[in-house]
Amino acid sequence: MKQFLSTPLMRGLLWLSAGLLAGIVLVAGIRLAMGLPATGKYLVTEHAWVFGGFVGTMAFLVGHGVMGDWFKWWRGQEMPDHREDPPGWVKYFGPSLDHKVIGIQYTVTGILLLVIGGTFALIFRTELSFEGAQFLKPDQYNTLMSLHGMVMIVSILLGIAGLMNYLIPLLIGAHDMAFPRLNAFSFWIAVPAAVWLILSMPLGGVETGWTGYPPLSVNPNKIGQQMFFLGVFVAGWSSVLGSLNLIATVVRMRAKGMTAFRMPIFVWAAIATSLIALTATQLIGLSFQMVMFQRLFGMGFFDPNKGGNPVLFQHLFWFYSHPAVYVFILPGLGVVSELLPVFVRKPLFGYKWIAMSSLGIALVGFLVWAHHMFTSGMNEYLRVPFMYSTLLVAVPTGVKFFSWVATIWKGKIDLPTPMLFVLGAIVVFLMGGLTGPPNATVSTDLHLHDTYWIVGHFHDTLFGGFVFPFFAALYYWFPKATGRRMNETLGKIHFWLMTPSFLVLSFGMMRIGLLGMRRRIFDYDPELGFQNTHIVLTIAAFLIALSVLIFIINLVNSIRKGDPATGNVWNSRSPEWQAPSPMPAHNYETPFEVVGEPYDYGLPGSKYVQFAKK
Amino acid sequence: MRHIIIVGFLVILMAGLTYFGLDSAGLMPAQASTQAVAIDWLWNLQVIAMSFLFALIVVPLFYSLIVFRRKKGDLSDAEHVEGNTSLEIGWTIMPLFTVLAFAYLGAYNLREIRRVDPEAMVIKVRAQQFSWNFEYPDYGGFISNELHLPVGRQVLLKMESRDVIHSFWVPEFRVKQDIVPGRVTELRITPSQIGNYKVRCAELCGAAHYAMERVVVVSEAADFSAWVQEQQIAFAAAQTPEGKGELLAAANGCVGCHSINGAALVGPTWLGLFGSQVNLANGTSVVADESFLTESILDPAAKIVAGFEAASPMPAYSFSQEEVGNLIAYIKTLK
Repeated sequence: MKQFLSTPLMRGLLWLSAGLLAGIVLVAGIRLAMGLPATGKYLVTEHAWVFGGFVGTMAFLVGHGVMGDWFKWWRGQEMPDHREDPPGWVKYFGPSLDHKVIGIQYTVTGILLLVIGGTFALIFRTELSFEGAQFLKPDQYNTLMSLHGMVMIVSILLGIAGLMNYLIPLLIGAHDMAFPRLNAFSFWIAVPAAVWLILSMPLGGVETGWTGYPPLSVNPNKIGQQMFFLGVFVAGWSSVLGSLNLIATVVRMRAKGMTAFRMPIFVWAAIATSLIALTATQLIGLSFQMVMFQRLFGMGFFDPNKGGNPVLFQHLFWFYSHPAVYVFILPGLGVVSELLPVFVRKPLFGYKWIAMSSLGIALVGFLVWAHHMFTSGMNEYLRVPFMYSTLLVAVPTGVKFFSWVATIWKGKIDLPTPMLFVLGAIVVFLMGGLTGPPNATVSTDLHLHDTYWIVGHFHDTLFGGFVFPFFAALYYWFPKATGRRMNETLGKIHFWLMTPSFLVLSFGMMRIGLLGMRRRIFDYDPELGFQNTHIVLTIAAFLIALSVLIFIINLVNSIRKGDPATGNVWNSRSPEWQAPSPMPAHNYETPFEVVGEPYDYGLPGSKYVQFAKK
Repeated sequence: MRHIIIVGFLVILMAGLTYFGLDSAGLMPAQASTQAVAIDWLWNLQVIAMSFLFALIVVPLFYSLIVFRRKKGDLSDAEHVEGNTSLEIGWTIMPLFTVLAFAYLGAYNLREIRRVDPEAMVIKVRAQQFSWNFEYPDYGGFISNELHLPVGRQVLLKMESRDVIHSFWVPEFRVKQDIVPGRVTELRITPSQIGNYKVRCAELCGAAHYAMERVVVVSEAADFSAWVQEQQIAFAAAQTPEGKGELLAAANGCVGCHSINGAALVGPTWLGLFGSQVNLANGTSVVADESFLTESILDPAAKIVAGFEAASPMPAYSFSQEEVGNLIAYIKTLK
């Protein structure tokens, strides 16, 4: 315990609190000196909280030490390229430069936020089970519902960053990421972001949903709204810098012989995702910053009384937030494509087509944002071109599905836990994919928009595109990270509990959505007769939570007690499985050269990589 | 080849069963407008496409899992098949044409539901946290808390919001339109089925968003005319200060937050308010007389009533002196 309290993480959190306090005192002091009111509903005014948040973020990064090497360089000190980590668990709480440690930091924080966001959902799901108010108040419901959305989004961003950080250098044969210090910085800046998101709850909460549309989001009584914006703004830095680093790594550090079309398919997915995250994240940061400025300084960007336009916000917001869903799902689809050949012992069908479809989704994804705004009152002429562009996304997505089915066709199929989750991902993502085109079509969307149908649809896409592949990846690469296997029986229980429960949940949501259940409502009209469905949905949600609990127990137990697995557990051709597990600190002992195709299962005598002799 | 024939047969069977199942489940609510008829026509085509694509992926997937599953003791790899370019081109081109066709149908369908009837009846819709009201300018401008529509006649809703974004949605009419502060948005609906429905705000607008619903009545033209007459008479009778105040309170959504039956909503109730002792958030108390009520209407933040500090703030209204007097006259009647 004492050792834990002295980790850089705890020091950083201490500095964060001190920084928050210092910022608050400074602004409150200046306001007092200027004769302005300094106290407010939450002790001090909004200005003081926001400024405190910025100072606290900086203080965390300085106090934690993740910027230490940069300060030393600045003072002219020489620093080695690599720094050895302390042994044991302590390194996970400090500014390690090892991409594998950072990958695990990301992944574990992602799982932690998944649990927090999931708990929020269970609370308001329980409230919804019965007609009438149960135990929440409407504004508490709105806060939980909004934070469920945003905490889950940050959790997904951390989860995919975890997978990409851990895997990309291993898959391309690099000893680390291109910029190890930037890599550590990208992770650690997400920690204060999570703090601000959670802190929004005691400061009046968030009443707008994760989208934060003004004018609702300029309600001055909710300082929580500002902390929410601040948290997302800070988390955005993590995304931008992380993807920059990843692109540089893939472009510059691939092993000899690894041409573009000999990269493992997951690398293609990671590149497509990073291209979006690098170029679109700024827009959500910008749109939230503009609302922050409207609140703090009275700049009426979105205030019609001052010549502003509320719909402008929606354009800026969705310009990121639609491509963002492709950020969430492309790595997951990459995991599906990566694991399928291993478990059907057949080459990936149409490798180039799958690789190009990821890029295709990423590029078309930039041209579709206004399909979220068919009812918004934007210029009516815009609706038809956005309908065409949105429906086009179905084409590259279809290519993926057809290629997966063709890969499985006549394969010799094994069904260990990771493969079950891969198949679950395909089926669930298919549900999300099939329920998408009606939302992209203007006239049917006029009915579907802002209903529970949409909620069901995007939970399908995110479970199929992220949650299922994420679990598949964790079960699959756990032995690589720890040298032990996760329990297979518990893994199967996890799968068989979660999959049917989830399908019931999403079908039920879509069913009542079509019949008139709006999204984001605290209670529903008894005349609609939705109570029985809501009870079933709540039970399904708790079963999913139970299955995740089983997963976490399995994960924690297997770290210490899992069966040892040091070799090529899945009989894969991929380079990381040709090295010992857990992976040594600087990855491969000798560099490898790519001498064949990545997925030539069933071709006798073929090899993907050849390691240099010592 | 044998496998492909079996799978092809199963796909058709599965697609048929899926469509039949979805169709007989009754996916959509009652179809109460001509726009709903058009939208449901397209929706049905989409359900057919969904059923077919569902079968096209799921059937070969599960067929493979059952038929091609690894036999016990077999440790060899499968046959080495890398891909097939004509297949890939095929399943790129076919979906491309399918989505283009659906986009074309979608655009055509949109034109259908936006068809303008120059004779359409105009109704002004006002949305505010957390209530609706409806003004009938074609019939002398009376204001109602319920939306009454004659069957078979197109209405043009001209909608305004005074605070945040709301969205007009009657599920049985299908179409939906956001209402954006600072501008007028329009929606055309042609009710086609007599009945009682509800308009439900579809854009999150604050704490009581869930309760922002109002009755919508579609009736025969004759019944509608009778209702209009009733409203006009009531409107004319309400030309007293109290009556005008009541209409003003309804038109501005005051009663969405301030109940007239004693219930505590977002703001304090008006029942028995006039002349009573009011405890304020700053610990003092005042008597609710004319001057306090006037101040609270024009500058709501000046004195906050104890227990309502956390509520959504009431916007400042700019009423004329006469209007404020009418409102207070109305509040006085609520004992």
